[in-house]
Amino acid sequence: MSQPTGAAGSEVFDPAALAHKRTRNLAEHVIGLLLFLCAAASTLITVGIVLVLLRETISFFSSVSLIDFLTDPQWTPLFQEKHFGILPLAAGSFMVAAGAAVVAVPTGLLTALFLSEYASERLRAFLKPTLEILAGIPTVVYGYFALTFVTPVLRALFPSTEVYNAAAASIVVGIMIIPTISSLSEDALRAVPSSLREGAYGLGATKLEVSTRVVLPAALSGVIAAFILGISRAIGETMAVTIAAGQMPNLTLNPLESIETMTAYIVQASLGDTPHGSIGYQTLFAVGMTLFLITLAMNIVSQLILSRFREAYQ
Amino acid sequence: MPTIYDIDTGGKAPALEARDLSVFYGSKVAVKEISLTIPANRVVALIGPSGCGKSTLLRCLNRMNDLVSGARVEGEVAFRGKNLYDTDVDPVEVRRRIGMVFQKPNPFPKSIYENTAFGPRINGFRGDLDSLVEQSLRQAALWDEVHDRLSDSAYALSGGQQQRLCIARTLAVKPEIVLMDEPASALDPIATQRIEELIYELKKEYTIIIVTHNMQQAARISDYTAFLYMGELIEYGPTESIFTNPREERTEAYVTGRFG
Ligand SMILES: Nc1ncnc2c1ncn2[C@@H]1O[C@H](COP(=O)(O)OP(=O)(O)O)[C@@H](O)[C@H]1O
Ligand SMILES: [Mg+2]
Repeated sequence: MSQPTGAAGSEVFDPAALAHKRTRNLAEHVIGLLLFLCAAASTLITVGIVLVLLRETISFFSSVSLIDFLTDPQWTPLFQEKHFGILPLAAGSFMVAAGAAVVAVPTGLLTALFLSEYASERLRAFLKPTLEILAGIPTVVYGYFALTFVTPVLRALFPSTEVYNAAAASIVVGIMIIPTISSLSEDALRAVPSSLREGAYGLGATKLEVSTRVVLPAALSGVIAAFILGISRAIGETMAVTIAAGQMPNLTLNPLESIETMTAYIVQASLGDTPHGSIGYQTLFAVGMTLFLITLAMNIVSQLILSRFREAYQ
Repeated sequence: MPTIYDIDTGGKAPALEARDLSVFYGSKVAVKEISLTIPANRVVALIGPSGCGKSTLLRCLNRMNDLVSGARVEGEVAFRGKNLYDTDVDPVEVRRRIGMVFQKPNPFPKSIYENTAFGPRINGFRGDLDSLVEQSLRQAALWDEVHDRLSDSAYALSGGQQQRLCIARTLAVKPEIVLMDEPASALDPIATQRIEELIYELKKEYTIIIVTHNMQQAARISDYTAFLYMGELIEYGPTESIFTNPREERTEAYVTGRFG
């Protein structure tokens, strides 16, 4: 190694000082390689999962036609008389997700607006962590909360409510995704430059007008992305819906009936004794693939919306 | 005590009068007992070194300082005989009548039309919005450049155009007084010149109070100039006297560029 040379002037400059330093180069390479391996490993794992899903899904579709899968109104793969229509499961998932959205979108948005525009710094410092606790509650607890509290209340209000029903599951899944929606929406609202708020106040706007007519529209794409992410979480939710919504594939729009979601079916079938390689076993992967594609699409859409959002103001 | 010249209000009532106005941020004084009479239909410039309290004083005049947490105001601002700091005064109503243009252009992420129409819309304007938008954009000398693309985003405009849009947006609310905080400091010389010409036109209908750190600008566009130093008003009078024949030593040092 060459000696570090001081400032120009006193010493004669040695051009070798500009040459590569061997040990430093080696360290750079090792660290670069390590980081590459880590990145490669997680990419490989993802690719591996998708490949396994794909392989079993392809064998599933060698015995069931895609048309049947998409149009048959019944899902009875584990019965004697087998039907492989994804519609009842997809409808179950969508009903739960839609109900959850009805609960979580307004609540999450209003919470975000309150936290970002109205709450004092102190109140915010208290409320935000409190809300995040909601996100930390194990989902199985939500499931039993639905079963032992929400469902009895629903049955008192609507006596026709079944013990397992989509409504109770929707409500708790909605509560579960409020933190996702409120905290991502709040980030988007707070990212709106305060100069826009000042501009509106300077025109004689009230706080409500500033919040709803300047800040919210400016943050809209970020807020919508938060909704989509929250709803895609609701579709992927497993434990609470398995416990509270039932295991009855049921093509219905009545939220008081027992249903089964795609995720709940996966739990049910993987806990049962479906022999490896059988068609029952392959349905797991076909349903998993469907779920994967739906949440992937929703994530892509929200990413697209978010990238537009980054250009929304200067 | 500050040196204050006779202010000729041209026979009209003053547009605004600050009396013993002080502003505190926490325990720190940013503006110290300033009294200032603003004549109607004139341009008044606030000058002084950075941090001397120009923006703070300006923001007090339409209660924008209410929005700064920790800011406290003492004293009075009289507008048409009413103290704006009386407890029964709604700051939202104050800001409708005393508008503000900011240092950095801050159009909303909306179309040119919607930016201009924003103020009238929230203030429940009933009438021909299209013609109000056109009139405001004309007043801000922007109409000719944008009349065929009113639905384009305001962000498609240049910085100088954006600032004129912000002025149009303020004028659309029909204020009596327009406060401007270094409105040209983020703009190039040509855009700055357009803003200066615009201010000259606007004083026919409005009273304008403008903060500037550019001494030539103050000398060019204002009728009266107030020199502030460390939160205090040092000298206030006709711009020509302040720049050519200041009575206070500190004013002279500042306007001749010896500090600041
Ligand atoms: N929000 C604030 N909180 C605390 N101090 C402030 C705040 N705004 C301004 N100040 C202080 O008040 C003084 C006057 O500031 P300002 O009015 O912005 O001066 P100017 O516009 O003349 O540069 C400065 O010392 C500044 O640091
Ligand atoms: Mg300033």
